[in-house]
Amino acid sequence: MTAVSDPQPSPTLIERYQGLHASLRWMLVALIGLFVVVVVQSISGTELLTAPTTTQTTLRWSIPLLLAGLGGLYSERAGIVNIGLEGMMILGTWCGAWGAIQWGPWGGLLAGMIGGALGGLLHAIATIHFGVDQIVSGVAINVLGPGLTRYLSERVFVGMEGGSQTQSPGVDGLGNITVPFLAGGRIGGWRSPDILGWFDKQDWFFISDLAGVVKGPMINVAYFTLIALGLAVGSAWLLWQTRLGLRLRSAGENPYAGESLGVNIYKYKYIGVVVSGALAGLAGAFIVMELTGIYRGGQTQGRGFIALAALIFGNYRVIGIVIGATLFAYPLGISFADFDGSATRALLLVIALAMGVVATAAIRRERRVDASIAGGIGLIVFVWYLLSDSAPDWLPNTMPYAFVLLVLIFNVQKLRTPKFDGIPYRRGDH
Amino acid sequence: MPEALRRIGLVLAAPALAFVFALVVASLVLQISGSNSIDTYRTMLENGSRLETMVDMLNRATPLYIAGIAAAIGFRMNLFNIGIEGQYFLGAYAAAIVGAEVSLPGPLHVALICATAIGVSAAYAGIAAVLKVYRGVNEVVATIMLNFIAIGGIIAATFPHVIDRSGNNATNAGTKQIDESGWIPDLNGVVEIFTRDIGRGRQLTGVLVIAVLVGVLFSVWINRTRLGYDLRASGMNPLAARAGGVPPARMVLFAMIASGAVAGLIGMPEILSDNHSYDQGFVGGLGFGGLGVALLGRNSAGGIAFAAILFGFLDSSSAVLQVSGQASQSIVVIMQATILLAAVVAYEVVNRYRQRDEIQRAAMAAEVSA
Amino acid sequence: MAPAIELVGITKRFPGVVANDDVNLTVEAGEIHAICGENGAGKSTLMKILYGMQPADEGTMRVGGTEVSFSSPTDAIDAGIGMVHQHFMLADQLSVLENVILGAEPVLAGGRIDRRAARAHLEEVGAAYGLAVDPDELIEDLEIGARQRVEIIKVLYRGASILILDEPTAVLVPQEVEELFRNLRELKAAGSTIIFIDHKLQEVLEIADRITVIRRGRTVATVDAGSVTAQDLAELMVGSELPSPESGDTAATDEVLLSVDDLVVLDEDEREVVKNVSFEVFRGEVLGVAGIEGNGQSELIDAIIGTVSPQQGSVDLAGSDVTRASVRARREAGLGYVPEDRHEEGLLLDAPLWENAALGHQTEVPFARGAWIDRAGSRQRTEEIRADFDVRSPNVEVSARALSGGNQQKLIIGREMAAEPRVLVAAHPTRGIDVGAQADVWNQIRAARGEGLATLLFSADLEELIGLSDRIVVMFHGRLVATLDPAEIDARVLGSYMTGAALEGGADDA
Repeated sequence: MTAVSDPQPSPTLIERYQGLHASLRWMLVALIGLFVVVVVQSISGTELLTAPTTTQTTLRWSIPLLLAGLGGLYSERAGIVNIGLEGMMILGTWCGAWGAIQWGPWGGLLAGMIGGALGGLLHAIATIHFGVDQIVSGVAINVLGPGLTRYLSERVFVGMEGGSQTQSPGVDGLGNITVPFLAGGRIGGWRSPDILGWFDKQDWFFISDLAGVVKGPMINVAYFTLIALGLAVGSAWLLWQTRLGLRLRSAGENPYAGESLGVNIYKYKYIGVVVSGALAGLAGAFIVMELTGIYRGGQTQGRGFIALAALIFGNYRVIGIVIGATLFAYPLGISFADFDGSATRALLLVIALAMGVVATAAIRRERRVDASIAGGIGLIVFVWYLLSDSAPDWLPNTMPYAFVLLVLIFNVQKLRTPKFDGIPYRRGDH
Repeated sequence: MPEALRRIGLVLAAPALAFVFALVVASLVLQISGSNSIDTYRTMLENGSRLETMVDMLNRATPLYIAGIAAAIGFRMNLFNIGIEGQYFLGAYAAAIVGAEVSLPGPLHVALICATAIGVSAAYAGIAAVLKVYRGVNEVVATIMLNFIAIGGIIAATFPHVIDRSGNNATNAGTKQIDESGWIPDLNGVVEIFTRDIGRGRQLTGVLVIAVLVGVLFSVWINRTRLGYDLRASGMNPLAARAGGVPPARMVLFAMIASGAVAGLIGMPEILSDNHSYDQGFVGGLGFGGLGVALLGRNSAGGIAFAAILFGFLDSSSAVLQVSGQASQSIVVIMQATILLAAVVAYEVVNRYRQRDEIQRAAMAAEVSA
Repeated sequence: MAPAIELVGITKRFPGVVANDDVNLTVEAGEIHAICGENGAGKSTLMKILYGMQPADEGTMRVGGTEVSFSSPTDAIDAGIGMVHQHFMLADQLSVLENVILGAEPVLAGGRIDRRAARAHLEEVGAAYGLAVDPDELIEDLEIGARQRVEIIKVLYRGASILILDEPTAVLVPQEVEELFRNLRELKAAGSTIIFIDHKLQEVLEIADRITVIRRGRTVATVDAGSVTAQDLAELMVGSELPSPESGDTAATDEVLLSVDDLVVLDEDEREVVKNVSFEVFRGEVLGVAGIEGNGQSELIDAIIGTVSPQQGSVDLAGSDVTRASVRARREAGLGYVPEDRHEEGLLLDAPLWENAALGHQTEVPFARGAWIDRAGSRQRTEEIRADFDVRSPNVEVSARALSGGNQQKLIIGREMAAEPRVLVAAHPTRGIDVGAQADVWNQIRAARGEGLATLLFSADLEELIGLSDRIVVMFHGRLVATLDPAEIDARVLGSYMTGAALEGGADDA
């Protein structure tokens, strides 16, 4: 009655790929992506897409997104939606500047964290203690942030040299380091050989680009950046390997389970939201101290929301947030040194190709609507690329936001949002 | 205590609490900054009772009110249309361009301008709605991204091509001026029937009439019509609404687009009675302002009116305070933010009390009839 | 030897009701003690007090002879008491190990969880009591029986010697109940004391040593299991005859009002959860659907109501094809719906009663006139529902939230019935409501049946199914695997169909 089963066909390439461990898969995707970018680069005659300066700038600009995204992670994992990251970041920018002026760079770092944490505390009290709707509270914090900092600037910065109602005097960062041997950094007084730089200068197809991409993040890396990366690693460890992490995550997955086992859920929710604010504040301090060197009103430019997008894209895991932050910072990284607009234009081609890939994948999964939308967008972008010589000056600024939107639209992974995220919790309710 | 009095008391309790709290905070801040809070308040009130200030107040309140209604439509559906900012910018921008290109008899011209603003704004909101419904993209993130794309992208890209280079615009580069047929008359004449002449060139915007109309329509629609019921039910409990026959996807689309449509009118005071063109001085920030007054006004037409007038009063006072040197302008911003935060907390507290109380009274009634 | 648990004079009040009124309970060490009472009698509240989740207003508690006062579950856990909840307190997206150790994690330096020690201890406990689970599996991938085992292990992991089980058999079929009882006897042999809350008398008599009966918040009696019969217990529990649903005369005709043909429904991962289901419901008939939760019932309901589109097959309402019709269209064509979870799908908790009465019918008279809501009409109709269905509330303006569960359910039933539907889909219509309301609901369904209503009844309460249905079908793994006659049904046979054990070859086609 049963048919003779066919001999197992040898695994296809796709199946082999799917069998690999997650981190290997990501590296493979990254390498392939890099290859595509390199090809595009040679076609469009720009060198910026993989230049060390680009990766360096990308890394730098990804840090605020990374820090704020981590902040979002702590809060959402504890079950509280936090869209007030932007407001907390704004508090961090002001406090960071003020702290740096008063006590130097380390003071700025600490003050930024505390400023953001206070914002987080406000959000926590409103949502956890008073049960205010979590989004409403977040919106209120986003309104409070700019208002409060404007008032404080008026009071504090106006009398200072170089300061005014809307800006502070200049501030310094924490300092930089260049990695020795790989990127030619100094050890003591001695200048070490620059191995990757040597590869980069050989102009070998793909290998040189790879070297350039890897070298970039190692030149003039801010200590602050290293701290941020350390926090990322530390957060992964804290949330998944420690007791505090388990209890915090349980607050977001099923607070009543923890409650029935004697866990103080309120405490862990508070921790999650306050840490969330602290990290967002740290992101703000980073912007002021490492990116712009000065506090100005309106510096965050929606980055608190892009960080949220990175969190969602990263599916509530640290590694995902890191990747998301890097991805969303890339357009900014390119635009930084792109004086003739050629690199941003080249990016158009990359996007067109990416849309092509998305469309193909959609066709394979028989999702015709997705495929036609992706294909349509890809076509428009491709034509735009062909018709333009260089990118108009408004494009680099707008690119990151469009980028985020495209990624969110075509992101098809199964989201594993913490089960009780956003649901109000009251002890004894069950 | 008589039932009616009790109910009124409950409704007013929260805003009253919030206001008192904000007053306390503001006084503290004032004292710390070295100003005298009593004097400051007196100045504000004195100033506020002048006719010219009231006109100014209402002028500021008008676009804020419209923004609040737009936000409230979303809020009632548990949708957070943070994109109001980008939507009203685009709407006013498009309306200014179109309005300057034609010349029609008065009311028609004004209608065309309004219709353009509403249409463009609604369509842009529709993008976010479609993304949410068909791709599950979080509308908060989507609308924020769209805001930046609208202002920094679409408008920034096309503005150089639509600037009026004929030298008409004195200070700010802007689009062509709209013909007088596209202007809305001010209401000074109406007001002056009841009061003295309004001095200092202050004009009460005619868009106030439109705003009131919008508010009335919103209130009637959401409380008395089937569609309004569907919307409110969807916001309260989407699953129950769906089981009750309300089509969920259509509701989201409808609410966002309706919200965007109303948002289009936010820029009308500037385009129809103030400036008659879109220029670099176009007033921003009303998107978030609208969210604030909607929350403060608890998403009801009447409440939002009070909130908008209050915030309009505060905004109007800030200039006076600056001039008289009594306090900095930003104290007003702090007051507004504090009122908002205190209000949402107070509403929740009063709400919980009301629920507990209701449960208790219902249980007692049930026992009596048992 | 001192009794394991002694409760003396425990009293607990909530607004409008006294949940526990001077309750006295003594549980001897090493015995299996059952607490019996109907829905709403106060059993759960008593156990919450015992477990430290709620403080008592009056009374004393003694564990092993020593007086105690618990301010949180941690205190109870420290005293050796463990609670296995009726609604599992498990985090679906975390693993078994993480769920078990939560709150009692073994740690190394720096707060780092000692996974090796945790795993070892878990396996030890599992082996000692014969409970097998895979520590790394996610809860959401486990079946109900397995999840219950995790709950029990959770409790034993913390060294509980006194176990409280709150209605553990509510989600199990007869065969799984036997498995559970085997485990409990083993636990008792190992020295544990077990408190067992249940209202199914046969089970109670089978497993318990002694039984305490609670009625309306008061202890009625404590008896030896060997010396009473089910009848005795029933009388103690209700004070009179247990209102079991009687079939009465059938009113079924041969006019088909609901017809489902070869229906296939997919879940969000595109797997078939309803597989080629076909059946008909006749005018004047109640068709009962039995089955363990999670075998496709919810998806079948969704397809009939219209919240989900089937992959294949058709749904016919009184002769017209509604397979792709909207929910609203089906409602307007005469489909009524009583959802399984009234809070989640049935009510607008913060809206007044009259707006709730309109839900699902807001396009029809008397709730609407054209595009407008007819407020007066709505209020009038709600008053009628209140009177006809005995919904206890001060008026029709109060929020639905203010009503008790039973009254909320009566409101929902009332609003559906008052709209004179032709077909009613009722999912667990008497879940979690008190006896009186339950009897009312059963009477209403029977009365409507007599007037020609076709009812599709989904229920986990076998007594309800057997008592109300004219025919019973069983759902297992998305298929209808049996059609049975309630008058000649055997609980074991029903159970074996529900678990798939009755299928030829027993091949698992999940």
